[in-house]
Amino acid sequence: MGKLLVEEKAIVVPGDFLAEGMDYLPAGGAFRENDKVISSQVGVVEINGRLVKVIPLAGAYVPNRDDIVIGRVTDVSYSNWFVDIGYALDAVMSLKDGTTEFIERGAELSEYYGIGDFVVARVANVTKSKMIDISMKGPGLRKLIGGKIIQICAVKVPRVIGKQGSMVGMIKDATGCQIIVGQNGRIWVSGKNPEDELLATRAIALIEEKAHISGLTEVVKQFLDSNKGAQ
Amino acid sequence: MAYTRTDRALNELRPMEAKVGVIKNARGSAMFKIGKTIAYAAVYGPREMHPKFMQNVERGTLRCNYNMMAFSGSGNRVRPGPSRRSREIGLVTQNALAPVIDLTEYPKTVVDVFIELLQTDAGTRCAGICAASLALADAGFKMKDLVCAVSCGVVGDTPVVDLDYSEESYEGGAVDIPIAVIPRTGEITLLQLDGVLSKEQLQKAVTLAKHGIDKIYEVQKAALRAKFTGGK
Amino acid sequence: MIPKSYIQALAKKNTRHDGRRFDEFRQPVTVEYGVSAKSAEGSAKVTMGDTVVVAGVKMEFGQTYPDTPDEGSIMVSAELLPLSSPEYEGGPPTIEAIELSRVVDRGIRESKALDFKKLCVRSGEKMWIVMIDIYPLNAAGNLFDAAALAAIAALKNARFPKVEDDKVIYKEPTDVPLPLSFMPVSCTVFKIGDKFLVDPTRDEELAADARLTVAFTEDGDICAMQKGGDKPLLQNEIFAMVDLASLRAAELRKSL
Repeated sequence: MGKLLVEEKAIVVPGDFLAEGMDYLPAGGAFRENDKVISSQVGVVEINGRLVKVIPLAGAYVPNRDDIVIGRVTDVSYSNWFVDIGYALDAVMSLKDGTTEFIERGAELSEYYGIGDFVVARVANVTKSKMIDISMKGPGLRKLIGGKIIQICAVKVPRVIGKQGSMVGMIKDATGCQIIVGQNGRIWVSGKNPEDELLATRAIALIEEKAHISGLTEVVKQFLDSNKGAQ
Repeated sequence: MAYTRTDRALNELRPMEAKVGVIKNARGSAMFKIGKTIAYAAVYGPREMHPKFMQNVERGTLRCNYNMMAFSGSGNRVRPGPSRRSREIGLVTQNALAPVIDLTEYPKTVVDVFIELLQTDAGTRCAGICAASLALADAGFKMKDLVCAVSCGVVGDTPVVDLDYSEESYEGGAVDIPIAVIPRTGEITLLQLDGVLSKEQLQKAVTLAKHGIDKIYEVQKAALRAKFTGGK
Repeated sequence: MIPKSYIQALAKKNTRHDGRRFDEFRQPVTVEYGVSAKSAEGSAKVTMGDTVVVAGVKMEFGQTYPDTPDEGSIMVSAELLPLSSPEYEGGPPTIEAIELSRVVDRGIRESKALDFKKLCVRSGEKMWIVMIDIYPLNAAGNLFDAAALAAIAALKNARFPKVEDDKVIYKEPTDVPLPLSFMPVSCTVFKIGDKFLVDPTRDEELAADARLTVAFTEDGDICAMQKGGDKPLLQNEIFAMVDLASLRAAELRKSL
């Protein structure tokens, strides 16, 4: 027994009733209280059979193991780098995880990555109290040279990437920029000239603003087409 | 002596206006206006909490700060800086919001809520709580529900809801009762009272407040939705 | 988040990260009057792109100063609210807030646009103190110009409160404006590398070497200046910056 109280794609806010009865199961930004499924966040409703999911439209980044993130080195010690990955507390990268090369004890770590450098890293471990270890051992993990960093809301990263990378691929094609999207909402954009980088920046800002609408791909495509000509 | 209102009914709130996302630098923000009282709220965090000994290893901490702009008072300029009153309001605001917000995903951190009053005509701590509740939702924190706050009380001998400044300072005496409620459950998270009244009058005033809370809830929800539907 | 090196490299190529020209202000520049009309004697809200600043005027009686017995005065304060940026913390005014308030003060006071003599109530005894308080609501770069514009807009919006029996009746404003004969306007020019630009975003401000705030009277005369930042400026650079500031200030004045 159960009753759905909202439609697919409805915008809901904390406290909204989504469903009644024990048949429906909450997911994402939804929770169960007695026999009701209720929204806990501002988001969009997605219904999959019995699963009533709220896809949040805002929220702070919560690091998870294996997330690929873009971080900024904030400090370097004898055997560690401290890296800001957009979570409240800095992540730590130890000597042994810095690169696939072997780094000797006593080596000057800032020669590899110095304070202020941006890097692409993988979240290796997150403890219960959210102490985070990151690693740069792996394909594609490296220091970022040049380019600019854009920060968007972490929950909108899937929209920027698109199904199988289709959205970000479209932006790369239209602007000729290299783009790396971190799960933490940090995005690196590097193009042949500032105009291309600006167009990519604007396209990403458009996605962030309109993340909740359907037909977003078409809107972004039109934006890119009409502005590409202006270069 | 029966007190009467000229601009609205005794059980009616002043006109309200609410908008979210008004401060771009913040993770979440809102403006809440009721009558001539205008409150802004901005949420920052979760961020590192200092001093370290105050960190909670199990969950994040909510911290609320309330401030009146120097030109926001009805008389003289308000001297800038925290006063005992503003610090107490910060505390009761925090206690009003903490029961609905889930910060277990952010241990050892602090979520800061800053409330600023641009213009005041009584009901300021309530407007601040309404704005703060919206700002937290706008920021995407997990919440059991929003929190709505309004003042109720007695002016002269008459129970009313949403007192303005002239009513709070009514010559014939007034009782001011700010209340914050979690609308879905009816749980009360803020309750203060200033003045002398009977238990029966208190009962009547609180009933008026509950009705007012429902109206505020509608305004808040509409503001949160408008961010996503208004643009289309 | 945009690194200084990126901003500086773009400046060398004569571009800015948001595509604006060096002499372009973010749009829209808006001025809204009376945003705190019920409580303040005068108030205004200014937006410059994403930067939003409010200013309010409160007026009180005070004892005249011994060296200016026939004049009233102004007092300008600014508070960098933690509400407006993750960079600001609560607490006593920082040196940044103090510099901001003093630079805005000089831009207004030294222009002589506000006739202090008309703010005197009784010679040698009583004067009006016009207190201006400035608060950013969203600090996204170029607070100097937004704050100065908000302050002068609030002064334009201000009306004397009623006075009865030597006491101020705040609840009853008159329709008498302040003795403001024109609107002084400020513009700050920033130097990045060897380029000059106006209305920086916060990232651009952090990448700048130095800045020069210049306040102008209606006739285009200079009435106040402040060099900021810890890198030096050459004389010819200063004059080039003054020229740019002069053009932009004239534009800004149109928003009032």
